[in-house]
Amino acid sequence: MSSAVIENPNRRDFLFITTAAVGAVGAASVAWPLIDQMNPDASTLALSSIEVDLSPIAEGQIVTVKWRGGPVFVRHRTKKEIDDAVNTPLSELKDPQTDQARVQKPEWLIVSGVCTHLGCVPLGHEGQYDGWKCPCHGSVYDTSGRIRQGPAPLNLPVPEYAFLTATKVKIG
Amino acid sequence: MNRLTTSILALALTAMGASAALGQDAEDQPKPARQSWSFSGLFGTYDQAQLQRGFQVYKEVCSNCHRLSIPFRTLADPNGPAYSEAQVKALAASYQIVNDEPNDKGEIFKRAGTPADIFPPPDAYPNSQAAAAAFGKAPPDMWLLAKARKYERGFPWFVFDALPFDQYQEMGADYIYAILNGYTKSGDAQWNAYYPGHRIAMPQPIVDGAVAYTDGTPAKLDNYARDVAAFLSWASEPTLDTRKKIGFRVMIFLFALAILLYLTKKRIWSKLH
Amino acid sequence: MSGTPSYVPKSAIGKWFESRLPIMGLVHSSFVAFPVPRNLNYLWTFGAILAFMLGAQIVTGVILAMHYVPSATEAFASVEHIMRDVNFGWLIRYLHTNGASMFFFAVYVHMFRGIYYGSYKAPREVLWILGVIIYLLMMATAFMGYVLPWGSMSFAGATVITNLFTAIPLVGTGVAHWLWGGYAVGDPTLNRFFSLHYLLPFMIAGVVGLHIWALHVSGQNNPEGVEVKDVERDTVAFTPYATIKDLFGVSVFLIVYAWFVFYIPTYLLDADNSVQANPLVTPAHIVPEWYLLPFYAILRAIPNKLVGVVALGAAIVLLAFLPWLDTSSVKSGKYRPVFRVFFWLFVACCVGLGYLGSQEVSDTATLIARILALGYFGFLLVVLPLLGVFEKTKPLPASIADAVLAKTKPAEAVAPPASH
Repeated sequence: MSSAVIENPNRRDFLFITTAAVGAVGAASVAWPLIDQMNPDASTLALSSIEVDLSPIAEGQIVTVKWRGGPVFVRHRTKKEIDDAVNTPLSELKDPQTDQARVQKPEWLIVSGVCTHLGCVPLGHEGQYDGWKCPCHGSVYDTSGRIRQGPAPLNLPVPEYAFLTATKVKIG
Repeated sequence: MNRLTTSILALALTAMGASAALGQDAEDQPKPARQSWSFSGLFGTYDQAQLQRGFQVYKEVCSNCHRLSIPFRTLADPNGPAYSEAQVKALAASYQIVNDEPNDKGEIFKRAGTPADIFPPPDAYPNSQAAAAAFGKAPPDMWLLAKARKYERGFPWFVFDALPFDQYQEMGADYIYAILNGYTKSGDAQWNAYYPGHRIAMPQPIVDGAVAYTDGTPAKLDNYARDVAAFLSWASEPTLDTRKKIGFRVMIFLFALAILLYLTKKRIWSKLH
Repeated sequence: MSGTPSYVPKSAIGKWFESRLPIMGLVHSSFVAFPVPRNLNYLWTFGAILAFMLGAQIVTGVILAMHYVPSATEAFASVEHIMRDVNFGWLIRYLHTNGASMFFFAVYVHMFRGIYYGSYKAPREVLWILGVIIYLLMMATAFMGYVLPWGSMSFAGATVITNLFTAIPLVGTGVAHWLWGGYAVGDPTLNRFFSLHYLLPFMIAGVVGLHIWALHVSGQNNPEGVEVKDVERDTVAFTPYATIKDLFGVSVFLIVYAWFVFYIPTYLLDADNSVQANPLVTPAHIVPEWYLLPFYAILRAIPNKLVGVVALGAAIVLLAFLPWLDTSSVKSGKYRPVFRVFFWLFVACCVGLGYLGSQEVSDTATLIARILALGYFGFLLVVLPLLGVFEKTKPLPASIADAVLAKTKPAEAVAPPASH
C-alpha cells in the first residue's frame, strides 16, 4: 500500500477544510443573536394581545384601539350598515369575501385600521359606501372594511380575536 | 519562560506585601460566609421550588416596604420561578395599577394589573421619599439588589474568584443571606453583624415562622433567608440559566476551533526552513 | 515594500476594475504579500486581537444603541430592558462591557510588548505616537461609555473626571460647566457623552488605519530588534504565515473573553453600578474601571489638585515621548540586561499603582503610591535616558535569520558558520 504517500496530502486537505468549516459555522452562529435582537422583544410580545370592553360603544360608533402599535377599528354596526355589507354581490368586489366571513357577530366589525395600500389610517364614515376612506390615496372601503375603489389591493384585514364575554373581546 | 515566571512571582509578592501593609480589614466587620447555591458553578441553574418559596417570602414580607421593578410576566419564565400563565395572570390581577394614559374623561385611573405590568410600589410607600421619611433611608428597589450588594473580597481572593472551578460570583446572595441572619444582638432590632457599622435602618424583618411554606420546607429564618436570596438573585439576573447553557457550547466550540487553528498553523509553518 | 510580488488580476473584469480602483492590489500588498519578520512571537498577535476587539466593540455597540435610551430618567431602566427583554440583549451587553476590559487588556500587552522590544525606536516613532493617540481615544471612549448605564458609579465617575478640568486656573469652572451643559453632571451631559461615545470608535478606526499604514511603511519590529536585511531569508509572507498565527492567537483570546462573558460577566463590573444614579448620594467607595486605576492612584498620591491633574496627564502624555526618552540604540530588551530589570520594575510599579488605585485611601497606601509613582516617572524620565549612555548591551545577531537558526537548529548553526 502506498498509504503514506496518499494519506499525507489528504490529511492536510482534511485539516484545512475542517478548520475552515468550523470557523464558518462559528461565524454563522454569531450572526444569529446579532440578527434576532431586532425582532420584537419580550416586553413587546407581552403586549401582543389586548382586551376591549364593548359596552360603552354605541350603535353606529367606531372606536379605534391601539393594538401592536397600530390602530384597530371596532365598529358597532347599525342594521343598515350590516344589510349593505351582506347584500353586496361578490362580483362587485375587488377582493371578494362575504361579510359573514369577516365578522363573528354581525353587529361587531373588528378590522385592522391600516390601509392595505401604503399603510395610512383610513377615516371612518367617509366615502360613498359609508365605510372608510383613506386620506392618502383615496382608497374607499365599505361597511365590512372591504376595498371598493382606489389603489389598495386588499380588504382591511381582520385580526385574530375572540369574545371572552358578550361585551368583552380579546384581540390577538 | 523562567524569567517570566520569576517576574510574575515578584509582582505577586509586591502586591501581597502592599495589601498586607494596608491591612484595613482589621475592624470587627465579618465578611458574609460563602453559601452553597444551586445556581453557582459551571452548570448551576436556579431551583424553581426555591424561587417560588423565595417569591412567597418577598410577597408576604419584603414587599411591604421594598419595590421589585420586574414585570409579573417574568414569574412565568421557565428558567425562573416558572409559575403557570394562569397563576401569573391571577397574581397580576390582584394588584391595582395606575394606567399609563387617562381615560376618555381625562382622568387618571387605576385598573387591575396584567402580566405585562411591572410590580407597583408598596401601598404604604408610593415613592422613595415616603419610605425615606418613615425609615430615615429609602428601602432599595429589590430587582437588582443581589447585584448591587456584591461585596469586595480583597486580594488575593478576588483572583481565585475569577478562575474556573472556583468561580465565586454569588457574593450578593451571600450578603442578603448574611444580613437576614445578622440580627444577633437581642433587644436591638437595628444591630446587624454584617452591615457596615452595624447600624442598619431596616429593623429585623423576618423571624422563624413568619411565612407558612406549603411544600414542607421548615418555616425557619435560615430557609427564608436562603430562599429569598435565591429569588433575588434570579430577579437580578434572570438570564443566568440560558447564559450558562449557551456558554458551555461556546467554550467547547472555541476549544475545538483553537486546536484546529493550532494544527493548521503548525502545518503551514512546517513548510518553512 | 520592494521585492514583493505585485498583484495581477486574472479576469478581464478584475483588470478593468483594478485599473480604475487598485483596491485589490492594496489589500494584496498589505495583507497577503506583506513581508513579516519570521521570528515574531505570540505577543505580536495582539495587533490582530486589537483589530478584532475594535470590530467587536463597534458591532455590539451599534446594536446596543438600537435599544438604549440616553436620558437620565430612562437610561438605567433601558439597560436593564436590554438585559432582560431584548432577544440576546444580555449577550450583546455583556460582550460589550467585558469587551471594553478585554480591549484594554490586549492594548496593555501590546504596549508593554512595544516597550520591551523597543518598537517605538526609529524608524517607528510616528507609528508609536499614533498608538498613544489610539490609547487616549480608547480611554475617552471607555470613560464615556461607562457613564451611559447611569448607575451610581457611572455618575460618580463622570463627576470626578469632569471635575479634573476645574483644576485649570481661571477658566476651570467654566470648562466644567461647558462639559456638563449645566451646573452638574445631568441629562445634557449624558446625551453628549452618548453622542461622542458613538463617534469616537470611528475616529479610533481612522487612526488605526494610519497606525497600520505607518506599520507597513517601516515594517514590523521583531524580538531581536534588528531590521530586516534580506527579505528572502528574514521574512515570510503575511498570508498564510502571519494570518494563521493571528487567527490562532485570536481564538485563544476568545476563550478568555467567552469565559468572562458567559461565566463571570459581572466580575469586572462595580456593584454600585447596579444602583441607579442619584445626584444627591455618592457611593462610599469610588473606583474607576481597572484599566484606569494606575492613573487614578497617581492622581490621589499627590496632595495638590492642579499638580495631581498635571501628573495624571503627564503619565499618559510622556508615553508619546518614549522614542526620544529612550536613548539606547539597541531596540530589544533581549540584548539589554539592565533595561530588562528596570522594565519589570516599571511593570510592577504600574500593577502596584493599579492595586492601590482600587483601595481606600490611607496613609500607608498614599505613601506606597507616591513611591510607585516616583518609580513610574523615574523609569521614563531618568532610567531610560541614562541607560542609553551607561548600559553595556549584549552583541546583536547579524540578522533575523541567524537568530532564528541559532535557536531552532543549534547543532547546525554551530557546525558550519555562515553557510546556510
